[in-house]
Amino acid sequence: MQPCRLVAQALACRRGDRLLLRGVDFALEPGAALHLSGPNGIGKSSLLRILAGLMRPFAGAVIAEGAIGLCDDHLPLDGHRPLAHALAFWRRLDGAGAARADFGLDDLGDVPVRFLSTGQRKRAALALLAHSAVPIWLLDEPLNGLDRHWVGVAQAVIASHCASGGIAVIASHQPLDLPGLAVLALAEHCP
Amino acid sequence: MTARTGAQLALIFRRDCANLLGGARGRGGAVLPLLFFLAVAMLYPFGVGPDARLLNRTGAGVIWVAALLAAILPLDRLVEPDIEGGWFDQWALRGLSEEALMLVRIAAHWLCFGVPLLIATPLAAGLLALDGGQLARLELGLLAGTPALAAIGVTIAALTAGLRAGAALGGLLLIPLAVPVLIFGAGSMQPGGESGVLLLLAASLVALAVAPFAAGAAIRAARE
Repeated sequence: MQPCRLVAQALACRRGDRLLLRGVDFALEPGAALHLSGPNGIGKSSLLRILAGLMRPFAGAVIAEGAIGLCDDHLPLDGHRPLAHALAFWRRLDGAGAARADFGLDDLGDVPVRFLSTGQRKRAALALLAHSAVPIWLLDEPLNGLDRHWVGVAQAVIASHCASGGIAVIASHQPLDLPGLAVLALAEHCP
Repeated sequence: MTARTGAQLALIFRRDCANLLGGARGRGGAVLPLLFFLAVAMLYPFGVGPDARLLNRTGAGVIWVAALLAAILPLDRLVEPDIEGGWFDQWALRGLSEEALMLVRIAAHWLCFGVPLLIATPLAAGLLALDGGQLARLELGLLAGTPALAAIGVTIAALTAGLRAGAALGGLLLIPLAVPVLIFGAGSMQPGGESGVLLLLAASLVALAVAPFAAGAAIRAARE
């Protein structure tokens, strides 16, 4: 795993006219996992998009060393293509060689993406992130729609990513069971 | 641009072409604009009567109008599905610039929209009683002018992505922006109007130079 670091300095996030968050500070070293917790609408997803560099913070700065991967509620797979074919696009784009986490998608290879269930879509999204071999993972509600078995698998994959020197930031309203997980309660950063 | 970026863009170009050509997501693909284009050429003689002299005099202009209107049809599936799917976010995370992606998309759109029109034009010209010389000049004009239509189309698709009634708005926006192309294109068919082709070429070059930046900025703005 390439060296990585993710630092948030006094981040503030605004959506429209509303200030959602302010004063978000943290510094993550390799192996760190951070749980952004808080109720719906508090700004978890917006904060992740700011960390990913897709949105500008209203104030503060993000310092990221290492490539960033984002797994959110979008599924960048063509709905009409079979799952295996759709996943292959990203594997070829990223260059093969990533350690493949098993999300039980092999049996679904022939199924067009638009026919996948909510849980299967989530597993495909997690597999995309896991295959992209980036050190910094940003996950938005990674356990949504997964059954008990796959919740365990997903957390194990995140844990092993951190154990091998990666960083994971997880936005979720659900409790997470990860070793060494720090929790950032965003409710404390509401203005 | 590194070799790796080039390979990534080539892969994306292939996907863009497959999606735009194949009618992914049940939205018609490249066939629908083509059928529309031919339908106009077919219906026009029914509307004005079979007078070959009249058709011959007005046919080229009708073909240009049909090409312009056909350019409106694919607007809603040029950019928006990929914004909804988070594709541009993922490409941005991989360090691919929106400008390069938009240039790739314009090229793919031209290939899937402009080239089929060029291929269908002889058929349309036959329906409208154009002679060989007129057809040759028409094809030359379309070859020079359709890249501008493709560039304008992708820009408008990026600007209106995510808006309610974006497709209808896109059509309204495209028409005034494409009027110069129509004027130069119809003008190139007049006697002594050869310079119209050069003006079309100039319009395409300007559109191709500006469009990737405008469309790329629109993609980034849509994230906020």
